[in-house]
Amino acid sequence: MATPLLKVENLRVELTTRDGVVPVIDDLSFELGAGESISFVGESGCGKSMTALGIMGLLPEGIGRIASGTITFDGEELTTASEKRLRDIRGNEISMIFQEPMTSLNPVYTVGEQIAEVLRAHQGLGHKAAWERAGELLDAVRIPNAKGRVGDYPFQMSGGQRQRVMIAMALACEPKILIADEPTTALDVTVQAQIFDLLRDLRTQTGTSIILITHDMGAVAEMAERMIVMYAGRMAEIGPVDQIIEHAHHPYTKGLISCVPHIVSTLTDERQDLTEVPGIVPSLKDFGKNQCLFASRCKYLTQQCTKGRPPSIKFENGQLADCWQAEGV
Amino acid sequence: MARKTDAAPLLDVENLTVRFAVKRGSGWGHKSYLYAVDDISFAVKRGETLAIVGESGSGKTTAALAIARLVNVYKGKVNLDGTDILHLEGENLRQARTKVQFIFQDPYSSLNPRLRAEAIVREPLDSLSNKSDKECKEIVNRLFKAVGLRPEQLRLFPHQFSGGQRQRIGIARALATQPELIICDEPVSALDVAVQAQILNLLRKLQTEFGLTYLFISHDLGVVQHMCDSIAVMYMGKIVEHANRLSLFNNPLHPYTAALLSAVPSVDKKRRESAKRILIPGDPPDPVNLPSGCRFANRCPVAQAQCSELEPDLKMVADGHRIACHLVDEDAKSPL
Repeated sequence: MATPLLKVENLRVELTTRDGVVPVIDDLSFELGAGESISFVGESGCGKSMTALGIMGLLPEGIGRIASGTITFDGEELTTASEKRLRDIRGNEISMIFQEPMTSLNPVYTVGEQIAEVLRAHQGLGHKAAWERAGELLDAVRIPNAKGRVGDYPFQMSGGQRQRVMIAMALACEPKILIADEPTTALDVTVQAQIFDLLRDLRTQTGTSIILITHDMGAVAEMAERMIVMYAGRMAEIGPVDQIIEHAHHPYTKGLISCVPHIVSTLTDERQDLTEVPGIVPSLKDFGKNQCLFASRCKYLTQQCTKGRPPSIKFENGQLADCWQAEGV
Repeated sequence: MARKTDAAPLLDVENLTVRFAVKRGSGWGHKSYLYAVDDISFAVKRGETLAIVGESGSGKTTAALAIARLVNVYKGKVNLDGTDILHLEGENLRQARTKVQFIFQDPYSSLNPRLRAEAIVREPLDSLSNKSDKECKEIVNRLFKAVGLRPEQLRLFPHQFSGGQRQRIGIARALATQPELIICDEPVSALDVAVQAQILNLLRKLQTEFGLTYLFISHDLGVVQHMCDSIAVMYMGKIVEHANRLSLFNNPLHPYTAALLSAVPSVDKKRRESAKRILIPGDPPDPVNLPSGCRFANRCPVAQAQCSELEPDLKMVADGHRIACHLVDEDAKSPL
């Protein structure tokens, strides 16, 4: 890969909680090429959304901060950039789609106005031009009768349409990176399929890189080329999607894939119990310990696992798994 | 799986219709109705699981609430073990309620935050049965063990539990009165993937242990495929297809079912490459002003002229496979 569009190195994000300072992102490194699609997978509370907020410079003020590490976007360092510069980048070069299309739109402005605002702020368009462009964008995200619906308020639209408005807004300035944080969790499957098709098409048309945050392995398989599995703030595994699904080397990844009942091509009468990953994600105060944080839920547990943080074991095609037993899994 | 020798079904729903009055600006005294559940019939055998699937707004939850007598029914019959429970009142209704229990979707809002776990599980016993205090305590202790919670957790409050543990409390509460039918309304959709597997395995274990019958409501076809013996697909208040698990998933006949199945993202590479995505553009019709004819016609990829004129009946095409589509004949071939 030539110089990557986004390069994150040894990123550590800390949150101040009642139990002290907690590393919610602990030593995360990855690269994202131009036009590439990468996916973050994991349960809630594993640091997927925090990674996105860290890149966007939107960590909760006074509580979260980037403690160390670098985020390089297009040759520019983001961790030390001024707030003004970050405002320029956000929405213009890196933009984000949030999980809840119901709550992330402003209910008292028309959708057209909300899209036009982005264009006026970042592209310096006039009122009329921005409004017209908003109509075109709604058309691009396949809202029927787009021209007639620019003046609609969010409550007049269905969940799927609202998420399309969010996508239109995020794509208004043709960003280089689009971060989609669980973009379809609140939506029906048929609508989800439409949104995925839309994102895929927009990506081929505009060459935008996509960071997809999700907990659904199926969505990852359909949407991304590479995936990063996060567990308790650390990277558990990274690599090409098909290769990981074929042969995961981290027990957590394996568990995530096999604990969901997938629809298979030909269904048979037999039904086995689902593989359980016992227990739950450790609480924040256990984050950052010098041991494998997955140890308490792992069936490959050895003494080594509780003695030190596992190293990254390399496999072919850049697949890395942070596990003492990675070769045996 | 339909054998003629089978005993009478535990739950037999006939022509169930639920409607809500809605205000629409069309003058005084004029009420229009939204038919949330429109004339549906199905039966569930004892010890089996029927899934109702469909998108949001298709009426699946309303149907379940009606069966549990939690919303008023406009027309129809719900026979539980041979008794029509829709007309029961007083003590008889109280007895019937012990037989039907509910597991709710959101374990965060369905438990009273001011009650301890033991009191939550005990509540249905106090209100629906006449058991002594000692018996109640024993039952609660037994249930706690059955759903995989530890005895020392009895005295804790809901906020001290994780999402999966709370759903276990919800399940224990549903089991308290020894019901025959448990309605599970999206029991795992609010949970993390790894925890989902724990709850699904628990539900299946309890089913064999207590001989339970489940009415399982879900929009996740992967989960449904794993849990159910037969599946009813709902669209805009109507059942459009009803079949056993194997024939529904291997040979979906209704274009809507096929579209639903094809929309599920898959990790199975072979399935992803071989499957063609069936697109259903647009949105469902306005539920108050339903179109004449088939309700799916405006989004159906194979709709013909007759589809928007005449409403299709739910007819039996093969062994136990019921479908409401003009384009499917006795030979049970998919129109797609």
